[in-house]
This record gives sequence, C-alpha cells and structure tokens, in this order.
Amino acid sequence: MILHQVEALAAAGVTDIVLAVNYRPDVMVAHLKKYEEQYNVKITFSVENEPLGTAGPLKLAEEILGKDDKPFFVLNSDVVCDYPFQQLADFHKTHGDEGTIVVTKVEEPSKYGVVVHQPGHPTRIDRFVEKPVEFVGNRINAGIYILNPSILNRIELRPTSIEQETFPSMTRDGQLHSFDLEGFWMDVGQPKDFLSGTCLFLSSLTKKGSKLLTPATQPFVHGGNVMIDASAKIGNNCRIGPNVTIGPNVVIGDGVRIQRSVVLEGSRIKDHAWVKSTIVGWHGTVGKWARLENVTVMGDDVTIADEVYVNGGSILPHKTIKANIDVPAIIM
Amino acid sequence: MSTKALILVGGSQRGTRFRPLSLDQPKPLFDVAGHPIIWHCLTALTKIDVKEVFLIGYYDESIFRDFIRDSSKEFPQFTIKYLREYEPLGTAGGLYHFRDVILKGSPKRFFVLNADVCCSFPLKEMLQIADDREAEAVILGTRVSNEAASNFGCIVSDQTTKRVIHYVEKPESHISNLINCGVYLFGSSIIFKIRKAMEIKADRRSSDPLYDPSEEDGSDNVLRLEQDILGPLAEEKSFYVYETRDFWRQIKTAGSAVPANALYLQKAHQSGAEDLAAASTTIIPPVYIHPTAIVDPTAKLGPNVSIGPRAHIGAGARVKDSIVLEDAEIKHDACVLYSIVGWNARIGAWARVEGTPISVNQHSTTVLKNGVKVQSVTILAKDCVVHDEIRVQNCVCLPYKELKKDVVNEVIM
Repeated sequence: MILHQVEALAAAGVTDIVLAVNYRPDVMVAHLKKYEEQYNVKITFSVENEPLGTAGPLKLAEEILGKDDKPFFVLNSDVVCDYPFQQLADFHKTHGDEGTIVVTKVEEPSKYGVVVHQPGHPTRIDRFVEKPVEFVGNRINAGIYILNPSILNRIELRPTSIEQETFPSMTRDGQLHSFDLEGFWMDVGQPKDFLSGTCLFLSSLTKKGSKLLTPATQPFVHGGNVMIDASAKIGNNCRIGPNVTIGPNVVIGDGVRIQRSVVLEGSRIKDHAWVKSTIVGWHGTVGKWARLENVTVMGDDVTIADEVYVNGGSILPHKTIKANIDVPAIIM
Repeated sequence: MSTKALILVGGSQRGTRFRPLSLDQPKPLFDVAGHPIIWHCLTALTKIDVKEVFLIGYYDESIFRDFIRDSSKEFPQFTIKYLREYEPLGTAGGLYHFRDVILKGSPKRFFVLNADVCCSFPLKEMLQIADDREAEAVILGTRVSNEAASNFGCIVSDQTTKRVIHYVEKPESHISNLINCGVYLFGSSIIFKIRKAMEIKADRRSSDPLYDPSEEDGSDNVLRLEQDILGPLAEEKSFYVYETRDFWRQIKTAGSAVPANALYLQKAHQSGAEDLAAASTTIIPPVYIHPTAIVDPTAKLGPNVSIGPRAHIGAGARVKDSIVLEDAEIKHDACVLYSIVGWNARIGAWARVEGTPISVNQHSTTVLKNGVKVQSVTILAKDCVVHDEIRVQNCVCLPYKELKKDVVNEVIM
C-alpha cells in the first residue's frame, strides 16, 4: 500500500521521504529500503518513542523537512486514492500561502470533519466543522497535504494534532487552502475498508488500462480487476475475480474460486477452495474445499484446515483453524 | 425349526418426522447405504431360518409392490407379503388383527422388527437365548447414555439371568439405561396376551369414571406393544433381554438417515461387502456408488457416502458423510458435508451444503446454535436447486425450492 504512495511521490519529483513509524520498523526497513534505488528516492525512518499524534512527527523530522524552503507533502498511510501530487504542488505554488489540504466530497458529511471556505473564496479555508448537524458543505479532509516548511514553527515537539491544533492556527491566518480530489478516495485503516480500497484501486487501474493488471484473456480471470504477481502460480480450472490481488510466490491450486480478496506474499490456497472478501496473510495456507468470506483476515502464517468454513474470522498470526468459525470472531 | 418374521412399516400418517423426505417416498423404502431401509431388515433375516416374511402397515398396497417383487427375487429363501391395516391398530393391535396369518402352520415363535431401526439385528443370538431360557419373549436391548435413555422404552433386567423384571416406555425419571431396540422374538402365546390386554383395556374404560374417549388417539382397537404389552409381560417370568453391543440407531427424523447410512456402510465395509467403492486417493471408505452414477475421477468422496442411481458428481467436488439420491447433480468444486441431497436436486459449482457433525452414538439429530434448536443435518428435498457459490448450512429445504442466497439455520418452505 505504502509503495503506491512512494511510487506516486517519486513520479511527482519528490527526492526525500520520511516515514513516521512507531512499530516494527525493522520489518518496514527491510521492505522499503530496496525500493530506494528503484525509485531514486531517499527513505528515512523517523521512529517515535512515544506517540506524538498527527503533528508531532513533523516536528520530529524538522531537520529533513526544513532543510530548504521547498514545500513537503504529508500523507496518512491509511489513505488510498489516485494520488494527485503534481497537480497539488502546482496549485499550492499558485496560491502562494502556507498549506493546501486535499479534500474529497462525501455523501454523508455528518460523520466527518467538514471544510468551510471563506465567503466568496473558492479554496481558502475559513474553518472546520466536526460532525456537522446541519449541512455546511460536503468536502472532507482526505488526509493528504502539502505544506511549506514555515508551518513547522506552528508545531511544538509534543503529542499534538495537526487537524485540531495546526490547521486551525493556519486558517486563522488565512494560510490554508483546499484542493478537490478527483476520483476515488478511501480510508483503509480497517480490514473491511482495506478490501473496499483495493477494489477501488483496481477499478481505477482498469480505467487507466494499466499494464499491472492480469489481462482478461487469461482463462481464469473472471470479471476483471485482477492483479497477479508474475511469480505466483495458478492451477487449472480456477475462477479469479473480480477485484483480486495475488502477491509474489503465491501458489493457487486447481478449481479455486477467489473474489474480492487480497492474497499476500508466499501464501497457498489449495484445490477447490472458495475465498471471498478475505485477506490471506503472508505465508498463510487455505485448505482444500475451505470457504472463507465476510471480511476474514488471516494474520501471518495462519493455516485453515481442509473443508473448514470461516465467516468473518480475524485470526491472529501462527494459528491453525481446524473447525468452522460460523459467526464473526477474533481467534487469538 | 423355521420361524416367521413381521416387519412393522407403519403408514403415511406416521413417519411425519421423516419429512420432507417422506413427502416423496415412504420412509421404509428410503435408501440408506444404497438400499431401502427395510432391505437391511430382510438381509438380516437371511441369516436365520425364516420361510415367511410379512410387512405390516397401513400404506396403500401399491407402495410396496415393486419392492416385494424385486426382493422376492433377491431373497428366494423366504416369501414376502404385505399385510395392510385399514386403520391404524397400534403395533400390538396389528399383530392381533393378522393373528390367523401369523399363527397359520402353528409356528412356535416369530420375530417382530420395527422398520425404523438401524442395527446389526443379532437374531441368531436372540434365538439362542430363547432356547436356553425357554423364553416366551426376547427383546433386543442396548445401553445408551443416561440422558438419552428416557426417550426410549427402558428395561430393568436381572444382571445374571438377563430376565426382564421391569419395563417402562419413555419414563419421566431415570429407570435404566438399557433400552428397547424395537426388535422382538415372541412365542405364539403373545397373541393371547394381546387379547387379554385388549379386554383389560376395554374393562378399565367402562369402569373408569375419568375415562374420556376424546383423549384417545384412535379407535378402541389401538394397542401398542410398548405401552400396553411389554410392561405386563415383565410381571411374568419368561421375558428376557439380549443386550447388543453392536451399533443401534433409530431412524425417526430425516436427519437420522445420515448416521444410519454411516453405520450400515461401516458394517458393510467391515464385512468386506463387494458393492462398495474401492479405496483410492479420492475415495475414503466406506463409500457406496450406484453402478449408474457418474462420478468425476477428481471428485473426492467419503467417508460414509452413498451416491444413488444416475446421480452426477462433477470435477473436484467433495462429498462427505452424506446421502446423494437418484438423479441428483453436484457440480464442479462444490462441497457437501453431513447432508442429504434429494432426488433430482441440483447443487451449483463452488456451492457449500453443510450440516453439523454429530457423534454416531448421540441419539439426537438437532443441535443448538445461538440458543436455537436446528437440524444437525442439512436436507435438500426433491428437485431443490442450490445456485453456484451459495452456502446452505443446517437447513431443511422443502421440495422444488431454489436457493439463490446463502441460508443458515432455516426451514425453507
């Protein structure tokens, strides 16, 4: 997921990327370092020893972000969309103020923080209204910003929120603008949303005619939006799709049906299994004639025995499931 | 010395618990382990010296015509006749009604088998105990769990002599965990005992001021072996029990056909029956496949699976602990577990039809799910259709239904 962001940032001419992380950095370091060369960017890890909220990490990385007066992008890693970095940078330069946040239009703004513009101005933000009870607009913060290094002066090095402290201080000074996002947007912090976000992302690739997608001429591709790593092996008489990603070194048996799912690296799905709305974790195994559905999430190295049914199971790493999970449950 | 045998087959007004399968076929003719339930009774009777077999029930005569014709060829050692009761007389009432046929030729004794039990029918052993003890009646008994016992007729017997000293049908409290298997060997004198019981019952009615005829569930002739005969019989001194340690199951509900199928298949497998499918990477014994069924070589079957005539099992399908009836079709990559797939039913590709496993020794076919009692076995009646990729779990589906959405814990009308 983060790779899509790295790729899009590099394409927009970004040379330095700071990852603000607070857990398992060694896993991510190993994962991302190899992409530095591929995309010709420098990736720095900024590790928080205590959670610093959404603004604190920027202050922590002041040395890199403030090394010149060029603006920097800020992204929430949970957000999936058609990243419009180049247009965003161009727009930001045009208005000349300190910051621009990407906004997306939603149907039900009452669940979000809504952006309200200054009267008579199309982009300058006047204020934010959290969970508005009456309609004040339907543009919400999409979690992607471009900011000038000067805003670092507005942040102290302590746990602090960019949405609740930094942005209001910028709007008071008329320094914050909005930029409308075209296309899909999804916060994929939850597994359910992650699956929806994957669907949206794959649909957008299909629209663009992306070469990353597995061509529909493959006999097993069903309904399109299927992305299969070249190193994955697919058995005979499978039906895969729509909306499926299959990672590196995955082995899919014969007569397997997969739809609306993400199958991660090194996992194995045995013959005749049926998989829908499921995240098959790294190095997982799904048994013959097993059936997984309803946002089932397999952690690292989980095994589902032959013929077992799992309905919405969140299964923690290294577990083996030998009996049906009939109703959604967390398996510790 | 030859004996006669009576098989009590009941009637269509009974056996309602076997619905929805009994809506399309009388329960005694339902196939388990590739053969009708009463075929297994007949097979047991070939092991002893029996010359005449009577089916007693109140189904229309035409129902058993084909079965009797075919079985007469298959079992030339005895004659098979159907005796029809024109009104339900009760198990004992029926015997009395046909007393002339039973007593013809003055047989010393005769067997009475309930058609709805599945067991090894140790008839030889029952004859042995009758000879040894000069018993007037021998009942087949089996031990069940204390919890299950009160759903059956309970027998109290003398530990050493095996004489029955007390018998109560479905007691409210715990009496014994030795229960009535529904298989009896009676001396001919039982007919007179039945007449005596009828007289006593009629007497009691006429003298009982509390007797209310509207509370009776049939005519005055209704007299049941279990309630009306066995209790008094225990008062006398020549009623014995043969306790079997082999398998025993009642076939009451439609779901109970699945464990019965499993037990008969295991018995056939262990005795080296030749009509079972040979073990292989895709066949886990015991599995019965009718010679006219078409099973793809990549489909995996067993254990405890019966596939009926002209049934079709597609590539990569999985069938386990299930009965697939005539002309049914299971498409590729579908999975069928602990279920009955009715006549001409269709199961789509990647569909999953599933019941809940219950132990063979558990004398119940329901399970509790989220506090609700549901059928443990999923049953698709005649001509049901399950669409591709649909999941059906713990459901009973009446004939001709089409399932397009996932269903769980439902009776689909």
